[in-house]
Amino acid sequence: MSTGNAFLVISAFLASAVEMVEALTIVLAAGLARGWRSALAGLGAATVTLAVVVAVLGPALTVIPLQALRLVVGALLLVFGLQWLRKAILRASGYKALHDEDEIFAREIAEARDAARVERAGVDWYGFTLAFKGVLLEGLEVVFIVLTFGSTQGSIPLAAAGAAGALVLVAGVGVAVRAPLTRVPENLMKFAVGVMLTTFGIFWAAEGAGAHWPGSDASLLGVLGFVVLSSFVLVRLLRRERRSVLRTVEA
Amino acid sequence: MSRLAAFGRFWWDFVIGDDWLVAVLVALGIGATAALAAANLAAWWLLPLAVLVVLWISLRRAIRSA
Repeated sequence: MSTGNAFLVISAFLASAVEMVEALTIVLAAGLARGWRSALAGLGAATVTLAVVVAVLGPALTVIPLQALRLVVGALLLVFGLQWLRKAILRASGYKALHDEDEIFAREIAEARDAARVERAGVDWYGFTLAFKGVLLEGLEVVFIVLTFGSTQGSIPLAAAGAAGALVLVAGVGVAVRAPLTRVPENLMKFAVGVMLTTFGIFWAAEGAGAHWPGSDASLLGVLGFVVLSSFVLVRLLRRERRSVLRTVEA
Repeated sequence: MSRLAAFGRFWWDFVIGDDWLVAVLVALGIGATAALAAANLAAWWLLPLAVLVVLWISLRRAIRSA
């Protein structure tokens, strides 16, 4: 497997796993607070909607010329990836609270228990829409990543295989434990996804703009190293700065 | 809010997020890369450096507004 394809599978797996852990938390909250019938109906409806999006957009992306696709997708991934990376760096340096699946689960459960019960088409509407929206929004990110990574690297099936692996793992563990997956190192995974998205974004946007990478696909490793190193330096700088500000405030 | 505006707002939030300046600076970086490549000059180095600068600016903005 080439460097690019290996990165493709790893990135699709990691990004999908992070989103699926979040979707699982929401579905669990909907199921436990409002009943499994409505939560599973919402999960099913969102899955069908996502499948339609993939069926429509997947083939459409494959007919766009590769250089134009890499330019547009690279730019989108770069902007999208920098959002992830910025949040991850802010979390790692202490400027933003860490993502806490337990806290989110408790909040969702409390809100779901307080909401009024309205039956529509035989299901509890709140439970249905909570699960539907949660899975659809988290799933759209997975679809976006799988389709953009896959089409630009020339292999949507490989990216889909990475996402499917994450789905099997997260759903399997979720069914087994029936609790939010709090032991998953989600903040670290989000950092890794931000790094991967930014790396692919730089690589493809530059190629799409007409630049030639020395060493072709192998230079992805160089870009990855640069993004990882830069991120760690930024985390250290911001941590030091935050400590210094806190000391000044305390003094 | 009309459904069309809500749809546009969703995609804006989804892709651009909470710092529009990132999108603008990334577009400028890609444009500069394309200009170098069109002039037959080595252009691969520009975008990684541009991303580092964009990230730093965006982090400073996020910290200032926190």
